[in-house]
Amino acid sequence: MREREDEWTGLMRSAISGDSAAYHRLLKAVTPVLRAAARRGLARAGQPVDQSEDIVQDILLAVHLKRHTWDANAPFAPWLFAIARNKLIDALRRRGRRIFVNIDDFAEVIPSEPAAETAPAGEVAAQLQTLPARQREVLQSIAVEAASIKDTAAKFAMSEGAVRVALHRALASLTAKLREQ
Amino acid sequence: MQTDQLIRTLAADNTHQARPVGVVLALALLAAAPVSMAIFFAGLGVRPDVMTAMHNPFFDLKFAVTLALAISGIALSLHLSRPEASLRGWAWLLLIPAGLLVGGIAGEMMLPQRLPMMTRLVGSNSRVCLTAIPLISLPLLAAALLGLRHGAPTRPAVAGAIAGLLSAGLAATLYASHCTDDSPLFVATWYTLATSLVTAIGALAGSRVLRF
Repeated sequence: MREREDEWTGLMRSAISGDSAAYHRLLKAVTPVLRAAARRGLARAGQPVDQSEDIVQDILLAVHLKRHTWDANAPFAPWLFAIARNKLIDALRRRGRRIFVNIDDFAEVIPSEPAAETAPAGEVAAQLQTLPARQREVLQSIAVEAASIKDTAAKFAMSEGAVRVALHRALASLTAKLREQ
Repeated sequence: MQTDQLIRTLAADNTHQARPVGVVLALALLAAAPVSMAIFFAGLGVRPDVMTAMHNPFFDLKFAVTLALAISGIALSLHLSRPEASLRGWAWLLLIPAGLLVGGIAGEMMLPQRLPMMTRLVGSNSRVCLTAIPLISLPLLAAALLGLRHGAPTRPAVAGAIAGLLSAGLAATLYASHCTDDSPLFVATWYTLATSLVTAIGALAGSRVLRF
């Protein structure tokens, strides 16, 4: 556990100094842990565990948009688990259950791969439809078609800067919409 | 959208680096300060005998107390803007303004006074104090909440209450230069009441606007 968390901290340090590949690896590495914790939270609240993917995506968006609140001199895991716990409680509350989520639920968790019985996440996709057309197109180009910023800029005859702005705005307003629902 | 696709998208947005919460909070407070000062100068203004009052240690103590509250509030807000933060080990900061006030009361008790204790406590500006401090603090409170929204406070009501304390501290600093009641007993009673009101508003607003 300890080793894993030190690795996360290292990756996050690289990420905030601009290494997007390290950031990608970090998000990949934490996702199974978040998924397992979400499933456990759902199970404890008496909710179907196959709903975990929406919660995982919700946590990932929050991690992304709030990563400037992480202190690069502190370990990454406690920060991550605090965000995750907050989002998990929120999600369970929205589903109509108040539940106490222990921070240890995250620390002790065994990563869970996407199991066959995990339903695809629908909330982000649904909110995507409410975004302004340009933001949605940019987001879909990068997310679904796996196009780079550069290719996306060429495709829509935009500058790379404009693509970056549209992408960031799309992610921020997606998160805001998820919170409000 | 699949989670892998979302992760790829987030990684593509890694170049976007947000400003630190402290910077946003400072900018927001600096933008709100002129509004609060306008309210203060339009409605109250500095007391006319301020030059002589400055030689009265109890007049000066008011600023020490209110500024200590504001600074502790700012430090606590910044701390609580991190998701993993708790008040444990930090709440003592709020004892600084309280301690200064208690020291002031003790000091005043030891000196001979012209007016009886109750008269000093009740003062002559209690109503102004109770309305002016909350009014002046509102723009600052809005700014503090805006700054904290940029952070990730996992206890929104507590963070909102601290935003209330810091804005009340700043507002009371302005108000103290108007008020002719310098007794620490007056400050301990009416400033505290006004501050509690702003704190309650902050907690209420925080629980709504500070969730992320």
